[in-house]
Amino acid sequence: MTNKNTPDDKNKRDFLQISTYALGAVGAASFVWPLINQMNPAADTLALASTEVDLEQLEEGQAITVTWRGKPVFIRHRTKEEIASAKDQLLDGLRDPQTDDERVQNEKYIVLVGVCTHLGCVPLGQKSGDVKGEYGGWFCPCHGSHYDHSGRIRKGPAPTNLEIPQYSFLSDTLIKIG
Amino acid sequence: MSKPKFKNPVVNWIDYRLPIFTFMNHELNEYPTPKNLNYFWNFGSLAGITLVIMIVTGIVLSMNYTAHIDYAFDSVERIMRDVNHGWLLRYIHMNGASFFFIVVYIHIFRGLYYGSYKAPREILWILGVLILLLMMATAFMGYVLPWGQMSFWGATVITNLFSAIPLVGESIVTWLWGGFSVDNPTLNRFFSLHFVLPFVIVGVVILHLVALHRFGSNNPIGIDVKGKQDTIPFHPYYTIKDLFGLSVFATVFAAAVFFFPNFMGHPDNYIPANPMVTPAHIVPEWYFLPFYAILRAIPDKLGGVLFMFGAIMVLFVLPWLDKSSVRSSQFRPLYKLFFWFLVIDCIALGYLGAMPAEGIYVVLSRLATAYYFFHFLIILPLLPKIESTRPLPVSISTPIITASSNASTVMAMREKK
Repeated sequence: MTNKNTPDDKNKRDFLQISTYALGAVGAASFVWPLINQMNPAADTLALASTEVDLEQLEEGQAITVTWRGKPVFIRHRTKEEIASAKDQLLDGLRDPQTDDERVQNEKYIVLVGVCTHLGCVPLGQKSGDVKGEYGGWFCPCHGSHYDHSGRIRKGPAPTNLEIPQYSFLSDTLIKIG
Repeated sequence: MSKPKFKNPVVNWIDYRLPIFTFMNHELNEYPTPKNLNYFWNFGSLAGITLVIMIVTGIVLSMNYTAHIDYAFDSVERIMRDVNHGWLLRYIHMNGASFFFIVVYIHIFRGLYYGSYKAPREILWILGVLILLLMMATAFMGYVLPWGQMSFWGATVITNLFSAIPLVGESIVTWLWGGFSVDNPTLNRFFSLHFVLPFVIVGVVILHLVALHRFGSNNPIGIDVKGKQDTIPFHPYYTIKDLFGLSVFATVFAAAVFFFPNFMGHPDNYIPANPMVTPAHIVPEWYFLPFYAILRAIPDKLGGVLFMFGAIMVLFVLPWLDKSSVRSSQFRPLYKLFFWFLVIDCIALGYLGAMPAEGIYVVLSRLATAYYFFHFLIILPLLPKIESTRPLPVSISTPIITASSNASTVMAMREKK
């Protein structure tokens, strides 16, 4: 066997070398992916994804907090004044402009994920004695975000409005979250 | 075969096959060290010893700890009340974290003051910053394990920092949590990582030492060792000095463990975690406060996160920001002044991080944050252009060459001749 390094040989070797590296990289990546993906939510965590709540006992002006996916969900039976103030708000001054109608299915009940969109604290404002912030809705004590009656961010560091979970009214007073 | 180096024939037999004793003799015994190191050079070895204390107490604590949201808090209380000497081990581990940061912060500021990050020690410095980052991750995850209110809400706030990343932020946070909030999967993985990261730190510490021993320690006057007359062997001179420093450190550490073990902690962490109620005032552990102040000073979520991480990232490139060829601030009058401004700035940031984010505190946080970056990004690169450094000594052995040298030094120099 001759040991000449003709250009043809060199091209063959380059091809073999590059394809070996490429295949090796694909192999390594397909092994690494399960190691990374195991940290994503497991099947049983995903299965705990819905909660039903009966709102029959919830009087006007009252609020309850329920747990959904390990997070608090705020449900507030709003007073007429609160609804009016949420609806009358002009969109111009809002950081994350949304009308109140876009944020409720039944204007009496506002349903929100009770997690501040800044860094995940639970805002105050569910209990009658709580600080509710300058806009009367909710106030996050961690870094001072103020939310209005529609859960919209009005002041403070939070970038977006309080999240609305997926939910549906099974009857007038029974809702299913998730 | 060369002449046996050690008296003990067994040691010689082993050393011929595995030169571990030659290595130890070279790096720990005869290792030439500048003869003018002051007590600030104790903090490297103190940090190493604290790391060992943390690993040893951590391993035995893990034998009594349960990483489950229903049992974690109670298992820690059981360690405190029922496990033999459990209270002592936990208090050592808990206060050890604080003392580790005290020691490491002094070590870092020593490096800043004496210019220890300058050529040829850039990689040594970068490895040190990497160790600091790993320590922060480890400490943060360790603080989550007792599953108290501060554990839970600290974990929530810190993991939520990643949601500031555009597009993929939310997916990353879900991935970190293994769910839709900080929950059992989060606690489990934090325990696993808290256990393993210290050993990663040990690995980086070994690299840090390899890089250190390449050129040896810097010294208070910051000039290179010129020859044998500038050094003394590590043993016994610095082993005994390090041991003396260790005994002082251990006394203070023991005083904290026995007399005020909860001084640096937060009482809210003795309330079990409740995902439905956020404590009125969330503060991280004291060693994170300056960074927390920077996070809150920026009125934008992503910006705050970037600046906070930037505060550490700027340290990685510090060797290239400080363009002065003079290392020690003993010969840099202006740098010395700005160094102390930086120390005050960092302490101010620490104080502001503990205060509520409102009113005057917000303004002061912004000023202090701005000054922190101003120091590294503007002052350090520009300073060599305007600073006239004092003349450097010829060598460590003849440190004083100016006309102002005092009589005793002149005498000493004469005696030498």
